[in-house]
Amino acid sequence: MTDKSWPLYEVFIRAKSGLSHRHAGSVHAADDEMALNHARDVYTRRNEGVSIWVVKSSEIIASDPAESAALFEPAKDKIYRHPTFYEIPEGVENL
Amino acid sequence: MNNEQALFRYVVRLGDNALVLAQRLIEIVADGPELEEELANANFSLDYLGQARMFYSYAGEIEGEGRMEDDFAFRRPDREFENVLLVEQPNGHFGDVIVRSVLFDVFYLLQLEALSECSDQRLAEISLKTAKEIRYHLRYGSQWLIRLGDGTEESHGRVQDSLDKLWRFTGELFSGDETDEWVLAGIAGPDLGELQVAWTSAVAAIVEEATLALPEDQWMAGGGRDGRHSEDFGYLIADMQQLQRAYPGLNW
Repeated sequence: MTDKSWPLYEVFIRAKSGLSHRHAGSVHAADDEMALNHARDVYTRRNEGVSIWVVKSSEIIASDPAESAALFEPAKDKIYRHPTFYEIPEGVENL
Repeated sequence: MNNEQALFRYVVRLGDNALVLAQRLIEIVADGPELEEELANANFSLDYLGQARMFYSYAGEIEGEGRMEDDFAFRRPDREFENVLLVEQPNGHFGDVIVRSVLFDVFYLLQLEALSECSDQRLAEISLKTAKEIRYHLRYGSQWLIRLGDGTEESHGRVQDSLDKLWRFTGELFSGDETDEWVLAGIAGPDLGELQVAWTSAVAAIVEEATLALPEDQWMAGGGRDGRHSEDFGYLIADMQQLQRAYPGLNW
């Protein structure tokens, strides 16, 4: 235990009912129950939440930063995908 | 002893248990094995401290002589503290801290649950609020005890030793005196006999899940609730009260 640290868990907190869980940070813990306790002790001490999700960081499938050009750049010049690209014709109501 | 004196003494005792345990836990602040455990320990200590403040404030009002929280915490000699011996036991290693907490918190939670239905409204309100905190402490502590007991050979052996060593301080939790009798009769507070039955089965269940063995019946230490403490208590009090003793009335 002394020379090996516990696995990392990502912590998601729901601030109040109706909102979605948001990433708050991460904690180290030996198992799932401990991760929930640690998340509670580290991230909800000042009344920040009504619900906690924890998930092992290793279980998260993340995009590869090296591929970000291929993944995200094509969207940059597609301004017609934003609603602001289109002018609203005069006389149209309730759009 | 009239009703007011009995209630006063009982509420001070509640404060003493909470304050002394808070002080013990704060002694190991910054020694946590992991950042998260460190924060948990500091949170717990502050919870107990906050509880002590509520009990002492109320005690001061019952007494009606103008004593405040600080007077109870910092300006009483050791013999006037009537906490149980269990909470003043030195920290030892992490397993000792966990076992001490679990043995005490099971009792404390049962006591608070009973008090939250007593007929003294203020005490019932404080107890209801406090029970929520202790329920989490107990969840945390019992999970750790199970993890250590059911962990490696080393951790199993060490927490078994902690349990054997601290067991002798559990008898005092249920050795009531006239104050406890009054609380039962006067404000429908906890019945220590019932508490002991509930405590024994709750502790046995945790100990069993932790694959540990319950210590055998043995001689039980007592005296804390009459102000007779173990030697270590003098050092705890000296440390805790040093500032107010050196500079009486000092404020932030």
